[in-house]
Amino acid sequence: MSCDKFKDLLMGYLDDEISEQERVELEKHLTECDECTKELADFKDLKSITDDITLYQPEDEVFDQYWSSIYNRIERAAGWIILSVSGMVLLFYAGYMMIEEIIHDETLSWVFKGALLAFIAALSVLLVSVLRERLNTRKKDRYKDVRR
Amino acid sequence: MQGICQEELAAIERCQKGSPKAFEVIVNRYTKQSYSIALGLVGNHDDALDLSQEAFVRAFKNISKLKERSRFFPWFYQILKNLCFTHLKRKRIRQTISLHNADGKEIPLPAEGDWFSPDAVMERDETKDKVWKAIGKLSDKHREVIVLRHFENLPYDQIAAALHCSKGSVMSRLYHARKKLKKHLETPNGGHLS
Repeated sequence: MSCDKFKDLLMGYLDDEISEQERVELEKHLTECDECTKELADFKDLKSITDDITLYQPEDEVFDQYWSSIYNRIERAAGWIILSVSGMVLLFYAGYMMIEEIIHDETLSWVFKGALLAFIAALSVLLVSVLRERLNTRKKDRYKDVRR
Repeated sequence: MQGICQEELAAIERCQKGSPKAFEVIVNRYTKQSYSIALGLVGNHDDALDLSQEAFVRAFKNISKLKERSRFFPWFYQILKNLCFTHLKRKRIRQTISLHNADGKEIPLPAEGDWFSPDAVMERDETKDKVWKAIGKLSDKHREVIVLRHFENLPYDQIAAALHCSKGSVMSRLYHARKKLKKHLETPNGGHLS
């Protein structure tokens, strides 16, 4: 059997994560293969150093505000969504009312009404176009999930 | 990463019905682990704290997509690591742009490991600093398996669940990651194993 299979097993052996059968097979291989034996010794040295490293654990006080900060972010996100949706509804409703009033206003000329409606229609097209572009860009932005 | 308990399963269910308060149980359970993984992946305290919190916010927003409640942590880990890796990519891009703009002269980028603050390691000494810096130079894929095994002390089956791969793949990734780490330590600027 080639060394390739045993290379990965060396890790399991080192971390005590292999079955008894795999251990027997590997130990047999190690008696016959100097390269794998040397590699195992090197990995043991490396592991002894990495195992000795402990990452910084902040004081408990650092985590005191942890949950409240998360809760505030969740709450604010919900607030923005509700604000945006209700704002859009109000905007569309106001636009609808305005258009209806213009159409029914007999004092205004048809030329003026037509031009005003065309102006509103153009504004709507531009708004939808910009929104669609922003949405497409956001979908393709791989870094959107990271706050700057 | 211990097994999930009934209290957590019930809390996840309440979260899926839209209760942010129920999420506190989950956050309290995984706060330190989430922070510690983020610290291993991005290498400094402030970013780790912020990214781990952001990961919880995103987890809550998307919790309805979690199908198997008992697999919360592997699912959450994907969110956390994606945030951390994206953060590092953005940092590299930002640094490249700002370095090119400085007086029109191109300044060499700092080495990858230089973004890893040595203060992230407790009871520092020269060897530990070298190893920590070398871990910072590893690719994201290699670094994460080192972090999960060495700093989180996760058994292979839990690493496999978090990485969505088999136990055999975990061994293979660990082999290549440790090999690469050893190589970094043997280069002149990375220092030698003592």
